[in-house]
Amino acid sequence: MVPNTRGARPVRTLVVLALAIAILFATIIAGTHWSKATLVPKLALDLEGGTQVILAPVLDAGAQVSDTTISEAIRIIRQRVDSSGVSEAQITSQGGGQGGTSIVVGIPGKPDQTTLDLVRKSALMRFRAVLAVMAPDATSTSATPSATPSGTASATATPSPTTTATASPTATATATASPSATATSTAPPRTQPTDTPTTKPTSASDPAWETPSLLAAVDSLDCTKPENRKGGGADNPDLPLVACDPEGTVKYVLGPAEIEGKDLTNATSGLKTGPNGVVTAEWVVDLQFNGDGANKFSTITARMAKAASPYNQFAMVLDGLVIEAPSVNELIPNGQAQISGGNMTRAKAATLANQLSFGALPLTFKVLSEEQVSATLGAEQLQRGLLAGLIGLILVVIYSMLQYRTLGLVTIASLAIAGTITYGLITLLSWTQGYRLSLPGVAGIIVSIGITADSFIVFFERVRDELREGRTLYAAIEQGWERARRTILAADGVNFLAAVVLYFLAVGGVRGFAYTLGLTTLVDLLVVFTFTHPVLRLLTRVPFFTEGHKFSGLDPSLLGSSGVRYRGRGQVSTPALAGVAPQGSGEVERLTIAERRAAAARAQAPTERNQSAGAGSESSMGSDS
Amino acid sequence: MAGGFAQWGNDLYSGKRSYNIVGRRNRWFILSGTLVALAVTFLLVRGLNAGIEFRGGSQFLVSNVKSTSQQIATDAVFGVERADVPLVSAVGNNSVRIQTGDLTADQLTAVRTALASGYGVDVSDVTSTFIGPSWGQDVSQKAVRGLIVFMVLVALVMTLYFRDWRMAVSGLVALVHDLILTVGVYAAVGFEVTPAGVIGLLTILGYSIYDTVVVFDKVRENTAGVTEQKRHTYAELANLALNQTLVRSINTSVVALLPVSAILFIGAFLLGAGTLRDIALALFVGMIAGTFSSIFLATPLQVALRGREASVAAHTTAVLQRRVADGLPVKASGVPVPVMVSAAPLHAGEHRGTAAQPKRKKRRSPPSPKR
Repeated sequence: MVPNTRGARPVRTLVVLALAIAILFATIIAGTHWSKATLVPKLALDLEGGTQVILAPVLDAGAQVSDTTISEAIRIIRQRVDSSGVSEAQITSQGGGQGGTSIVVGIPGKPDQTTLDLVRKSALMRFRAVLAVMAPDATSTSATPSATPSGTASATATPSPTTTATASPTATATATASPSATATSTAPPRTQPTDTPTTKPTSASDPAWETPSLLAAVDSLDCTKPENRKGGGADNPDLPLVACDPEGTVKYVLGPAEIEGKDLTNATSGLKTGPNGVVTAEWVVDLQFNGDGANKFSTITARMAKAASPYNQFAMVLDGLVIEAPSVNELIPNGQAQISGGNMTRAKAATLANQLSFGALPLTFKVLSEEQVSATLGAEQLQRGLLAGLIGLILVVIYSMLQYRTLGLVTIASLAIAGTITYGLITLLSWTQGYRLSLPGVAGIIVSIGITADSFIVFFERVRDELREGRTLYAAIEQGWERARRTILAADGVNFLAAVVLYFLAVGGVRGFAYTLGLTTLVDLLVVFTFTHPVLRLLTRVPFFTEGHKFSGLDPSLLGSSGVRYRGRGQVSTPALAGVAPQGSGEVERLTIAERRAAAARAQAPTERNQSAGAGSESSMGSDS
Repeated sequence: MAGGFAQWGNDLYSGKRSYNIVGRRNRWFILSGTLVALAVTFLLVRGLNAGIEFRGGSQFLVSNVKSTSQQIATDAVFGVERADVPLVSAVGNNSVRIQTGDLTADQLTAVRTALASGYGVDVSDVTSTFIGPSWGQDVSQKAVRGLIVFMVLVALVMTLYFRDWRMAVSGLVALVHDLILTVGVYAAVGFEVTPAGVIGLLTILGYSIYDTVVVFDKVRENTAGVTEQKRHTYAELANLALNQTLVRSINTSVVALLPVSAILFIGAFLLGAGTLRDIALALFVGMIAGTFSSIFLATPLQVALRGREASVAAHTTAVLQRRVADGLPVKASGVPVPVMVSAAPLHAGEHRGTAAQPKRKKRRSPPSPKR
């Protein structure tokens, strides 16, 4: 068992570690300059204060919520919250399986009631006829449309706003008078008319819907402003509606709702099958309506197929936003429609199909818990938590100094390095991954102090064991490391396993805890391998430790080693005879057989009691051979 | 103190002083069994004191109060709705936490206002929380699922690492033992069970197994090639491993418990009820149980399981017979006299052949000068 000393370059390992830490912090500092990184980790709600709402979908018996539905619901909630001006809201799904997936919405600070209501509201989908398509800003109805909506599948014809303008020129004149006033007002602009049409509209596509108040709404709505795109879906289905697309590039004037989302039974994306059964390279979305929906859709398409643009378009309005407004080419009688278009990509088709599926089966949520955390209490908890960590750290330092004397300093330095790396990583992750430090996370870090320190204890105890066997400090460290390494790897592996299992299977606070626990376990391994072991190797060059000073924590006599050691080639080194430090350096003295026997006898004296069992310590065996 | 402790560690290592834990394993099994039975009894008789997260209800937190009188809170809640007596507890020096039953949105607002005027603080200092009854159950359901997955994975990893399913079984038994004891303490003392407490309980998983793995690693090292020598039985070598890692176990437990105690102390005296205290409480109990079980339960159980193996049983008999032949004392029951093993167990030597010889260094030959 000759320790492998090749490749042992402790200084180089330490320099690499120092460089890695420097790069870690340089990245963060660079991030603060050129990106949104911060020098302190971002805090979770329980420390920062704010409101956390946990929503669970209300399901009919036996119904299942798919992951895509949940992520679509999250997307809608995020759109609403982000558009309402709240920055850095955390919206995540949690759980899954039998317990059902729930959505956790965390809003920092003190959100107002309207924001909270927005979060809870369920999103509805409706199909409405398009009356006009126009530029997104609030200037005037007579503005020419800037572009064909990018998401529109079959809308080949350019939408014609002139129809709108000619329908009621007077209304346009009055409405354009105060567009800026409406735009700057804090109240959300109206999107629906207050008056009834003078002539009774014959269909949903009838321009007669465009009453003065609707046109006023059209003028006032500025789709380029994010707050006007938060949706919410509180629109009255029986009235016309002015709506934006989710990107804010187009504004639509829409007739009353004609088909409700629940009439849609299925929406899938796939490749288009040509007339002769050959699959083409074109992506399409297939829709399937139920009986009622098929009838309505048949009526609508019969009307639209003959109409001119934009009256041949129908808009799919999900949560108050137009997700797509395809034009109708032909009568579709059987309730099976297909949306195709030149710019339809695979991703776009899949997204649209998901959105439509979600709209077909809108989720309603019940509030599982709504928790307000005051910011002062969070700060107090963090402060006290850090204080607890500090006290714990000091106690650990005192204890390891008592146990390991000067060697305890290595423990302290290792803990300091581990702490620095952990801090850096958490800061980095809160920048790149959006990780937020929660109170359970802080607890995880404090607990990890003990587990990290244990790696050093396992290592040091092994080194001491080897010293007790009579090895030199260098050999003891190498041998002890080789054995301790296995133990540390196995034990940390199990700990990491626990953290991973907890992270993926548990919810809420448990996740934050598991995350820091797993992270600190990895940091622990890193520090033991690249700091503690190289430093101990360096210590073998310091006489204070190699001579086994009383306060070095590595004093062989204090550790019960006889100091008698078989040096090979028939030589035994003993401190008493050679009068030098146990590892002896250079004084290779050839002992007589008698001297060697005497040394061996001396070495055996303390373990004499055990001789009856027929076992001797290794040192005595060495000299016997 | 350290000197004496180090000397004690030396004696344990060399075998001069040895505690016959494995030999007297029945005693520890009975103790563990009794503790577990006690814990289960408490659990069944007294039950757990479920926190608001498991019962459901509303919770208010009033900060910046001048007095933490409970009467003000009770009056404020009764002024709105006369149902169960609300649970009022002080949090820190200047905060009060009030837990009530289910309240409607209107009642919630009314209680908030009443609390604010009662304690003479601004309404914004009163935060309210609504907790559905299924929230806590959701957390614990997932915790149980995590527990089962973790145990299956750990059993696999330990079986692979130690090449011995008995170690995995013993480790898991010790783990379950720790969990039951911790839950039992919760039931016995009547601590409130919160999701944070569940988190603490889950951490015990990692810690308990971690502690056991370290001890088992030494056992495995000591008993490697046990059948190739006839001096010591498997049980004796395992016991030596226990004694040799005793100092490590104690040091580790102390070092791990120090920060946890710090949280517990700070949490109990400065913060009042809260996440940190709940986590620390579960950890404190669980870590002590974990250290106890890794020494007194896991290894003895593993030895007992190993002893049923034919090869190990035959080896033990052979060792004892040899001792009788050598005239060494053997107890009447056939149990070997304890304190017989010393420092390093014997390993049969190996001849390393040329592998042990120094390697010739490859020297790059200087490039031959070109002409």
